[in-house]
Amino acid sequence: MAECRGLGHSVQRKEDARFIRGQGRYIDDVKLPGMLYLDIARSPYAHAKITKIHEDTAMAVDGVAAVITGKTLEGFKLAWMPTLMSDQQMVLPVDTVKYQAQEVAAIVATSRYAAADGAAALEVDYDPLPVVVDPHEALKPGATKVRDDKESNHIFHWEHGDADGTDAALAGCDTVVEQHMHLPRIHVASIETCGCVASWNPVEGHLTLYLTTQAPHAIRTVVALVTAHLGLAEHKIRVISPDIGGGFGGKVPVYPGYVLATAASVVTGKPVKWIEDRSENLQADSFARDYHITAKLGSKDGKVTALKLDTVADHGYSDAAANPSKFPAGLYHIATGSYDLENAHVSVDGVYTNKPPGGIAYRCSFRVTEAVHAIERMVDLLARENGEDPADFRLRNFIKPEQFPYQSALGWEYDSGNYGAALEKAMDMIGYRELRAEQAEKRARGELMGVGISSFTEIVGAGPSKTFDILGIKMFDSAEIRIHPTGKAIARFGTKSQGQGHETTYAQIIAEELGIPPEDIQVEEGDTDTAPYGLGTYASRSTPTAGAAASIASRKIRDKARKIAAHLLEADEADLVWEQGKFHVKGSPDRAKTIQDIAFAAYTNHPQGMEAGLEAISYYDPPNLTFPFGSYICCVDIDRGTGQVRIRRFVAVDDCGVRINPMIVDGQIHGGLTMGIAPALLEEISYDADGNITGGNFMEYLVPTAMETPHWELGETVTPSPHHPIGAKGVGESATVGAPPAVVNAVVDALWHLGVRHMEIPMTPARVWDVLNEHGAAATR
Amino acid sequence: MSSHQISVTINGEEHTREVEARLLLVHFIREEVGLTGTHIGCDTTSCGACTVLLNGVPAKSCTVFAVAADGAEVTTVEGLGNGGLHPVQQGFTEKHGLQCGFCTPGMMLTSKALLEENPDPSEEEIRWGISGNLCRCTGYVNIVKAVQRASELMKENSDG
Repeated sequence: MAECRGLGHSVQRKEDARFIRGQGRYIDDVKLPGMLYLDIARSPYAHAKITKIHEDTAMAVDGVAAVITGKTLEGFKLAWMPTLMSDQQMVLPVDTVKYQAQEVAAIVATSRYAAADGAAALEVDYDPLPVVVDPHEALKPGATKVRDDKESNHIFHWEHGDADGTDAALAGCDTVVEQHMHLPRIHVASIETCGCVASWNPVEGHLTLYLTTQAPHAIRTVVALVTAHLGLAEHKIRVISPDIGGGFGGKVPVYPGYVLATAASVVTGKPVKWIEDRSENLQADSFARDYHITAKLGSKDGKVTALKLDTVADHGYSDAAANPSKFPAGLYHIATGSYDLENAHVSVDGVYTNKPPGGIAYRCSFRVTEAVHAIERMVDLLARENGEDPADFRLRNFIKPEQFPYQSALGWEYDSGNYGAALEKAMDMIGYRELRAEQAEKRARGELMGVGISSFTEIVGAGPSKTFDILGIKMFDSAEIRIHPTGKAIARFGTKSQGQGHETTYAQIIAEELGIPPEDIQVEEGDTDTAPYGLGTYASRSTPTAGAAASIASRKIRDKARKIAAHLLEADEADLVWEQGKFHVKGSPDRAKTIQDIAFAAYTNHPQGMEAGLEAISYYDPPNLTFPFGSYICCVDIDRGTGQVRIRRFVAVDDCGVRINPMIVDGQIHGGLTMGIAPALLEEISYDADGNITGGNFMEYLVPTAMETPHWELGETVTPSPHHPIGAKGVGESATVGAPPAVVNAVVDALWHLGVRHMEIPMTPARVWDVLNEHGAAATR
Repeated sequence: MSSHQISVTINGEEHTREVEARLLLVHFIREEVGLTGTHIGCDTTSCGACTVLLNGVPAKSCTVFAVAADGAEVTTVEGLGNGGLHPVQQGFTEKHGLQCGFCTPGMMLTSKALLEENPDPSEEEIRWGISGNLCRCTGYVNIVKAVQRASELMKENSDG
């Protein structure tokens, strides 16, 4: 029998065979007969009345077949669509635009170029209105109101924890640090932008939607709900999510372009393709972060005691955040992090501004990055205020291994952890004490070098059905496995890979459970007609949910296989012993049947009274979330002449529980780290007072290249999750969550002796040089 | 809009078409010839997903008019292996140099040209060489290793 290569093997990826030959099938590769192309005309203003759309100016362009406006959609009750957060957003405006680059009209044409010509030719008359871009200004009395259908710009107030107890605890602390920090708006900027091909068949009343989506099943249900009044029904809707060129949370929302292409296909009776440009992607797709945090952290006798976070969240013109229904600020209340503290309170006020909708992830589980940034910055400050090294302070204040399962002050039950081991390993790897000695020498010579730590705890794998749902649909996920007569298998899942390597790792889980080699298992996702229902891939949930479902479905198959083996071996089921890939009779290892023998018998020689076949399905409801963790240490050098921050070394020790494919896990961490340093050093989308965007293209929005990215050094510890069938926790986002405060702490450390206590991000050369200059430390000639 | 008859040799096969003067080479390759391995990731010549070899030199095909490639030899990812796998393709697979696969064709073609010019590049030279190609998934470490592996394989091949 071939070696099964289940857990712990760096199996080469099954999906690579097509990708390295250019044979992946991404959304823009989908081409249907008679297909039309859709382009979108967008608003130059951040807030304006539309007084007239001159549709004839676009219709006059050769090849243009139709122009769709908000008024067209209003006739079908489709001008607005619901968001996941009980708000609504525009597909197209009927009379007023609310942000720069907002969709104003869709132009459908016989070619991509003709559609673009039509969008460029369309004349629209606007009457500009006052703009509000600062959420603090938006909350003031008399501020420009963003939404005509709302009382004010204040969307929601959410709080969690014991406010009075936390205030009292802070009053009783001997040391309290307070810091304001802004985590600016950023975009995931997956290298493939978003798009779709909608194909309406009027005879069958059937819609096929090829879509760049991380959650195809949920999208099908949403489409069915919002179009029911038009006669569409869920059994006549097929969503196909093809190969996806990176997602990171940006391909969870429903974007207006998807709805427009669908409407255009219904109107024209032809398939319609919409592919956004990079600039459209950066300017109009949902954004991440934009949290303004005021944090307080206190200690008594060197022990961390109380945390308070007050937050203003800029959501843009609509609360279209992609959160589970009961969590308007996501899982922000993981903010007590890796520390044993008894008092905590967090609050968030959501605000409307004249910007596109926000609140999606940037490769993180629902607002966990914001929480980790706050606590890891504050712990660093508090350590120094206590006169202690930040590493030693953390080691003393961590939740201890014997305290797990740990009840946090904000109500979470952490599954498992050993935080001290991870930090000590990182310190050994980078030579922490030696770096401190080097820093002292360099400081004496006037050179700027810093070392920063981040010891994060994540919360991923949403989630248990008693608290987690999206539009009421519980956040389970699924696996369906069928073993064919020859012992080969097909397995289908409710999740959707965007590069994570599901075709390989899921096959390895099944290999581990059933002894069938990964290459004998075909893994499929993304077609709602064939895959079992699931909530999709984001928030590092695929391994904790669908990966668990793969284990449970495999074990159901093994239970039936045992009965068939007993029949074949003429033995009692209770006398059979499972070893990977076969059953043998206890005491007689030679009397054995392999899973392949059993599979054949399931179709050819199964016991009387048993149904034929060998297959199972699992809809897995996780009993708890999982809590991956790690410690990162970053060492930076700062150029006093230019303000350039150079990451000299970055050590990342991750603990994601049991590792399925170590090669893929390392790859996830490498990528996550790169998306972690990006907002710390480079990426930001900002607006001027008139709502004009800065950072809306790849010349201004600086995604790290290989030159800005350091040579990552990885380490690991393994603390299995006690409640996951194979002890895995999920790893896709840990590094993005953990890395930013390590970089900020390193830069602040480098400048501490100058009196610098905080740095806002991104720490661009210009921003760092200004700080150096203010503190008299910039090199000048 | 004026149109022109052009002939472009892609992966050894000549393609003659009547095209608009403004047609981009990347659209010629993807839409006219139907080779969809060359991807589009931006509109500012920044990301390199559309990189092909134009007369052997890496070019971002979103910023070349098809008419400017009249008479040229173009290599796309589909022409990289020539039946089997090119060492660069082998290196990317072995070293996990790709995740979502979207930047991969452009990244591999840039790497091929780099190795032809400099068969034994240092890590720094590789990083500089691929810095016109953005990858959002891998953090580049394994891409560097993939190029190093391809360099080894190419040397083995030429020794053999």
